[in-house]
Amino acid sequence: MEKLRQIRLIWKPLVFVLCLLPAALVIGDLFEITGKLGANPVEAMQDRFGTWGIRFIMLTLAVTPLRKLTGWNWLARFRRMLGLFTFFYVLLHFLVWLLLEQSLYFLPWREVSPTIIEDITKRPYITLGFTALLLLTAMAITSTAGMRRRLGQHWQKLHYSAYAVALLGVWHYWWQVKQGADNAIYYAAIFAVLMGFRIYYRRKRVRPFFQKSLTPTETRTSGTS
Amino acid sequence: MLIKKPSDIRPSEITSKANYLNRREFMRAGGIATGLALAGPTLSAVVPDQRRARLNDVRKSAFSTDERPNSYEDITSYNNYWEFGSGKSDPAMYSGDFDPLPWKVTVEGHCNKTGTFDFDDFIRPFELEERIYRLRCVERWSMVIPWVGISLADVVKHYEPTSSAKYVAFEALHDPTRMPGQRQRLLQWPYREGLTIAEAVNPLSILAVGVYGESMPATNGAPIRLVVPWKYGFKSIKGIVRIRFVDRMPEASWNMAQPNEYGFYSNVNPEVDHPRWSQATERRIGANAFAPSIPTQLFNGYGEQVAYLYDGMNLRKNY
Repeated sequence: MEKLRQIRLIWKPLVFVLCLLPAALVIGDLFEITGKLGANPVEAMQDRFGTWGIRFIMLTLAVTPLRKLTGWNWLARFRRMLGLFTFFYVLLHFLVWLLLEQSLYFLPWREVSPTIIEDITKRPYITLGFTALLLLTAMAITSTAGMRRRLGQHWQKLHYSAYAVALLGVWHYWWQVKQGADNAIYYAAIFAVLMGFRIYYRRKRVRPFFQKSLTPTETRTSGTS
Repeated sequence: MLIKKPSDIRPSEITSKANYLNRREFMRAGGIATGLALAGPTLSAVVPDQRRARLNDVRKSAFSTDERPNSYEDITSYNNYWEFGSGKSDPAMYSGDFDPLPWKVTVEGHCNKTGTFDFDDFIRPFELEERIYRLRCVERWSMVIPWVGISLADVVKHYEPTSSAKYVAFEALHDPTRMPGQRQRLLQWPYREGLTIAEAVNPLSILAVGVYGESMPATNGAPIRLVVPWKYGFKSIKGIVRIRFVDRMPEASWNMAQPNEYGFYSNVNPEVDHPRWSQATERRIGANAFAPSIPTQLFNGYGEQVAYLYDGMNLRKNY
């Protein structure tokens, strides 16, 4: 019990602040306090928020494999927070696109007609990204303990879409570049490893490295794996 | 019509006495017609062999826009030049050791005069002009750049293309030892591009040899590159070593890489979307993050000069 208290009072707030840091740096760079965003600030903001969104979904999906390999079950305590930060960064990425890239064109006094709806429905890579955002929103709304209880079995099904979010995220990243995939290929590889682990684990129970034998608690998996 | 151009950098701030050699004065003093060829090595260079060398006798042009040019820093730190890598800061990061000169330009194909020329001899017959042009990248960002260049129409006429010359093909330097991006197969090297003869002799087309009154930075295609401001940026091939007059539509690098996304013409057109994104608006580099995106103009706003080239052409098909 003492350990749980420690996690709740010390480690969780610490990780929370750490997860906010990338966003703080982007905002700091925007106002040229911590650095600069460069020649194309709107593109830089979208890139950085989007990349962090992909990093966070990968971190979220890394929790279970890491837990199983190491036997550090306390890692599961951070999974929801990491998932919510995925939502946070993807939402910021979307808002920069909506408000700055699309320049609030939905406001009546802006001269250029909006291409927002058209872009979401007609540009496949934007459709992919937007779908991921919708799934993340649904998961964020239902992330509370109360919601989880209320939804019962449906909750698990809904939250399996974390895999879909990761896939859509990588795909979205892959498609938006001029040619070739830059860093998207690394995230695709990470995603493949994380999924590969799960497939392997289903067939064969993997023993934690640091433990001689499995105890009943470790063999039981709970939640999204 | 002569328009006074605003310039962020005054000549007096940059020109050192050492490289200040007036080309015209020198030629008047020692330039006996027959002596020119023999005096080659001692003749002062049009573009001196040094970084940010001041260019002299640069005329203003009525084709220049009065929009505010981007800063030298923006122009040289945010651009595409895949010979140095695919990131937009790669040219600035990896072209530091690239010294373009000595440089040769070969002219060949269907023309009466052919040959391989030293860079300086190649540009010497032509007038240097400042052309402040908008540049619209296919990736939806744009800049205003004060190029210094020579009229491509003058160059084409000089080499006397024959009637079978329908297109002009350009080829860039292929040297992976000096251009790290070419060590990867990002594109099929060398980079190549082309124009129809009519496009090439349009008064807007130039071969640029400088920016902001100074020699072309390595980041932007030193020592000589094409600038065709009504087309997406990738048409304006950098680091040209070969110009060929041909009778068939030549290969163009991006068209070869993704034919369904990049056509031969690649004219700026807000109505014809890239398959993956809209081309209706653009972000002007240097603008505040909160500034609205600006509407993209047909032919990048140069319709008055170039629209006739595409009369009756289906621009959606010939993208």
